[in-house]
Amino acid sequence: MNYLGRRLVRAVLLLIGVSALCFLFTEMAPGSFFDEMRLNPQISPETIAALRSHYGLDQPLLVRYGRWMKSALHADLGYSIAYNTPVAPLLWSRAKNTLLLTTTALLLTWMISVPMGVWAANRHGGLLDKAVNLASSFLVSVPELVIAVALLAIAVRWRILRVGGMMSADYEGLSAWAKLQDVLLHLALPAFILVLCEIAIIVRHVRASVLEVLGAPYVQAARGFGISRARLLFRYVLPVAANPAISLLGFSLAGLLSGSLLVEVVCGWPGLGPLILEATLSRDLYLVIGGIMFSALFMVGGNLVADIMLLALDPRIRREAADAH
Amino acid sequence: MRTRTAILIALLAILHLALLFAGFFAPYDPTTQNRELPYAPPTRVHFKDSLGFHLRPFVYVWTSGLGGDQLDSYQGSYQEDRSHEYPVHFFVSGPRYKFLGIYETGMHLFGVAEPGKVLLFGTDGYGRDELSRLLFGGQISVAAGITATFIALLAGSILGVIAGYYGRWIDESLMGVTELFLSLPWLYFLLGVRAFLPLHLSTIRTFFLLTGVIGLIGWARPARLVRGVVLSARNRNYVLAAHGFGGSDFYLLRRHILPEAFGLLLTQAALLVPRYIAAEVTLSFFGLGVNEPVPSWGNMLSTLQQYSVLISYRWLLAPACALVVTSVIYSSLADVFHSRLKSYST
Repeated sequence: MNYLGRRLVRAVLLLIGVSALCFLFTEMAPGSFFDEMRLNPQISPETIAALRSHYGLDQPLLVRYGRWMKSALHADLGYSIAYNTPVAPLLWSRAKNTLLLTTTALLLTWMISVPMGVWAANRHGGLLDKAVNLASSFLVSVPELVIAVALLAIAVRWRILRVGGMMSADYEGLSAWAKLQDVLLHLALPAFILVLCEIAIIVRHVRASVLEVLGAPYVQAARGFGISRARLLFRYVLPVAANPAISLLGFSLAGLLSGSLLVEVVCGWPGLGPLILEATLSRDLYLVIGGIMFSALFMVGGNLVADIMLLALDPRIRREAADAH
Repeated sequence: MRTRTAILIALLAILHLALLFAGFFAPYDPTTQNRELPYAPPTRVHFKDSLGFHLRPFVYVWTSGLGGDQLDSYQGSYQEDRSHEYPVHFFVSGPRYKFLGIYETGMHLFGVAEPGKVLLFGTDGYGRDELSRLLFGGQISVAAGITATFIALLAGSILGVIAGYYGRWIDESLMGVTELFLSLPWLYFLLGVRAFLPLHLSTIRTFFLLTGVIGLIGWARPARLVRGVVLSARNRNYVLAAHGFGGSDFYLLRRHILPEAFGLLLTQAALLVPRYIAAEVTLSFFGLGVNEPVPSWGNMLSTLQQYSVLISYRWLLAPACALVVTSVIYSSLADVFHSRLKSYST
């Protein structure tokens, strides 16, 4: 378990690094939340100065960072100026929706793309392989924004899915079953957009890693022994090809979270995205930093899950971990 | 393979020339409003009228039967006024613009006599010509992508070279920082950094601010790749020999090590440009980038956040199509470069 311990320490260090980076950036920021207030003749400069000191914005960088760290340890992550509440509960209420959206999209993406990638690699050079290759190389190069806007246009025009928000207006009056149905109908469009954004990259990687293993000498030898194609694929190839695919899981999470921010704003899904965008526009400093920290936390968490899966699936990593011990 | 590369580079050249000479190809000024023509559909180009076939194409003007208070119901309300034909002329003089930003002229590729209007891609909500906005907006978006790529690659290769060549604690600390940058979802990071910078600025300053921020966030990956190349090149025999003959660090880097990274940087550039164009477009779409009335593909698309506009006026999706075309050309080129690089190294 030394391996996981090291990973954990690394993750914590990473989070501290990200927060330090954020505070360094705030130091370079020329404007602040109170810029708009300063233009208002009814608010005196003394009031603004008092507000600044109330939120501790007049303190030097290190003091502010120290205070923020303390509040982070209390699970507050600082204080939102616009909402006048601690940041973390505010973010958490939205983060749940983001997690719902991204995990749904993640599961769907992997459930579709892994079989597709394996199948395409197995029929290497065939019609299906070529079709998958062509479609994925096109889809990879289409920007996420375009995918989101195009699908939204289709959905709104043909009225096929619920668009906007997470619940219908009459949500409170519905039965539990109808509530679930309603949320799922609203979830469908943003999740589908995210799946389309991510699927091409993963199909390509899965296909490439399966192809690489299929060409390995030991697979050729196994084929020479007359082992059936299906057994070869499932018993000899897939366990080895799983390693790069799982490592990809951590990387794909970054793209997924970025994509989800965009999709949430475009589709009006009440996740972290719209909140962060609003905080950016109103320069609500601690809320923005909190949002970045949450996204970093998701990333780190996802990478840890990938590490645990690798440890469980790949004997080479177990050996390595034991050797390092 | 050769022909494919040639075709891609030709397409890329056409695209960039069209954007570079936007003033010439665009029939109108991108900021001129026609308040009587909001959301006008694309003008139809005709060759035939009641007298028969004409070699010179002509257009009719759009007339709308609605008043200004029925803004949301313009859909389908425009009709062609067939009483007068406006032939399309080529190399006409129109609104004045700065050719390449230096030489002021009024020469346009095509146009029709006033009060006729040739609106090949329709108009937006203020009646501004969508084609002209597309071309001028493309100038900004594509230039932003290229500048940001340049910044990211420059910063990445300088830091990558330092890390790879000098090694030890410099290498370790720099690679630690790259891990920090790579572990954040880029859009969150981009919004975060943008939040710390002023919102309303002149277009020029916004442009450099945006490209600076996008480039700053993107330096980490090129830095890692360049570091890898430098690390492997440093211990080649010819580099060691040159070092033994007394070549300075700078000479070794310039003459023997950096040329190895050239192919890699070219591939990265082709990969990053479309991504950074999309980044600029996304930021402007959110209202954090280039501000109106100056067009960019992003702020042109941001009107589509209203569902009624999104479904009623299909021609306003033109910037999205332009973005897809640009991205596909660039990434196909990146694929070609990548496979060449692989075939060289093996």
